[in-house]
Amino acid sequence: MSRLEQRFAELKAEGRSALVTFITAGDPGYDASLQILKGLPAAGADVIELGMPFTDPMADGVAIQLATLRALDAGQTLAKTLQMVRDFRTGNQTTPIVLMGYYNPIHRFGVEAFVAQAKQAGVDGLIIVDLPPEHDAELASPAQAAGIDFIRLTTPTTDDQRLPRVLERSSGFVYYVSVAGVTGAGSATTEHVSEAIARLRRHTDLPISVGFGIRTPEQAAAIARLADGVVVGSALVDKIAQAERPEQAVDDVLSLCAALAEGVRGARR
Amino acid sequence: MTQSQYRPGPDANGLFGSFGGRYVAETLMPLVLDLAREYEAAKADPAFLEELAYFQRDYIGRPNPLYFAERLTEHCGGAKIFFKREELNHTGAHKVNNCIGQVLLAKRMGKKRLIAETGAGMHGVATATVAARFGLPCVIYMGATDIERQQANVFRMRLLGAEIVPVTAGTGTLKDAMNEALRDWVTNVEDTFYLIGTVAGPHPYPAMVRDFQSIIGKETRAQLQEKEGRLPDSLVACVGGGSNAMGLFHEFLEEPSVQIIGVEAGGHGVHTDKHAASLNGGVPGVLHGNRTYLLQDADGQITDAHSISAGLDYPGIGPEHAYLHEVKRVEYVSITDDEALDAFHASCRLEGIIPALESAHALAEAIKRAPSLPKDHLMVVCLSGRGDKDMQTVMSHMAAQEKQA
Repeated sequence: MSRLEQRFAELKAEGRSALVTFITAGDPGYDASLQILKGLPAAGADVIELGMPFTDPMADGVAIQLATLRALDAGQTLAKTLQMVRDFRTGNQTTPIVLMGYYNPIHRFGVEAFVAQAKQAGVDGLIIVDLPPEHDAELASPAQAAGIDFIRLTTPTTDDQRLPRVLERSSGFVYYVSVAGVTGAGSATTEHVSEAIARLRRHTDLPISVGFGIRTPEQAAAIARLADGVVVGSALVDKIAQAERPEQAVDDVLSLCAALAEGVRGARR
Repeated sequence: MTQSQYRPGPDANGLFGSFGGRYVAETLMPLVLDLAREYEAAKADPAFLEELAYFQRDYIGRPNPLYFAERLTEHCGGAKIFFKREELNHTGAHKVNNCIGQVLLAKRMGKKRLIAETGAGMHGVATATVAARFGLPCVIYMGATDIERQQANVFRMRLLGAEIVPVTAGTGTLKDAMNEALRDWVTNVEDTFYLIGTVAGPHPYPAMVRDFQSIIGKETRAQLQEKEGRLPDSLVACVGGGSNAMGLFHEFLEEPSVQIIGVEAGGHGVHTDKHAASLNGGVPGVLHGNRTYLLQDADGQITDAHSISAGLDYPGIGPEHAYLHEVKRVEYVSITDDEALDAFHASCRLEGIIPALESAHALAEAIKRAPSLPKDHLMVVCLSGRGDKDMQTVMSHMAAQEKQA
């Protein structure tokens, strides 16, 4: 059983939703970012999405664009992001890590080398924003062959006709992007999310995580009542932007994570 | 249209060989698939083609002339040089050929709002123009650096009723404007039509924009046939994203006697880190919805392009050009800022034509080649745009040179 399957199965048994946290690898610098990463499980993160910085994050809003720039300015590379996962795994063998980003840095690194090194480092899944199922042969298939899950984004524009295509090769979990837009934009209503999950449920048995625009413990709790996972990204990344020192960034991200975790845990399903 | 080695399509997935494709976020996938279907239907619809032809003739002013550049020819002392006068189009560049096509498609699809990215501002002006003509609200994304160096075009767009959104991310140039336009599109999927200005982006844009621009080559063939009774021997066009070049080249790709040359912006030289020559100085990668040659570092991060010409200042190139480069059907060379400026002045003084700095890159390559070619060699240069927008840039460059002297 993969770490993602294991984790969602455990939480299902506990009767609660997963808190999925996003941070950008190397933001605000390698050391502080690694410290945040290592601290997230104890602060209540159940699954970690680790952003691979890219100069042109076309599907991201300002918060994650700036996080990306901070990381790149501090010298983050794809090789360092894989090293960060290795460093994390020396102390944690249970929390799933999903790398999230855009295709070009992987294309440049070489798909074969990337898949091999990611697997060896302890990466559990990939979310590649600009690789729709039409391009499965490039990365999704080799990654899955190596035992790395390929997590698909589904959106309000993914209609019933397209949904089977998107879900066909999905594994790990399904990420529902609850608003058409960039990360950090406005949030969807619970009615919308509830309908969307019901629709997705008709097409898949995979756990469904919902993201985009979830910033507070209250919002997280509301989504946790509906979905198998709650994704929070921009709100955590904003704490790094607002911090005056790296130590403060670490503290503030982990405090917000703890508060979000409390919200998610309090929302029994 | 026949399928062949040099005009391979693209295929159903939008691929020219291994270039092109649809590398976009899932939110946009249903839209680009829908656009591809609608475009296929439109181009088979006589009513659509008739309306397109009407606007090409009565609004853009086509056909524009194929002009024998007699004094430049004498000056070079070799090949007979012709200018395809795209700068005489309404709005002053080839960009409007594509904008008219796309706005008619937007109207057909019932879209209520246009967005576009622009570099030099020529595509922005052309988009703002057709938006005004068809009564659609229009938002233009433009890099802050480009706004600074293209004030005249910014004002023109405002006069035409467009909203200009300055983009400060990155270096504030064309690539950043395109990122921001994509973010707008992903947010306003229901009612918005993204009018991409070059032969790049997710399928069907590269093929669709090429088709709308291919009138350049079709007219050139007929006009040269009338003047000289035969095909050209060579074609020269500048390449940023590469839409004027694809427009001129496409008609001749399967004519083996026609030598085809694309001119990239060499900036300070392709051996420096200040150029915009994706084919001569880049490697394949994925950006803005397509796989193509890109300027990037060893980590796959996109690096900044540089060119004196804002319209060529982009770290990528249309995927069909990447394909034609790999199969060696088209030769891609580069011209530096200084060489382009020299050609700019030569065109002003010898022909009384002030070319866009983009087009001056093609002229510079023509001036380089023509002297060593026989007098019966027929060379067509795409004069893709007029230089009025570049007055400020040329002035400050001349002032800097005088200071140095």
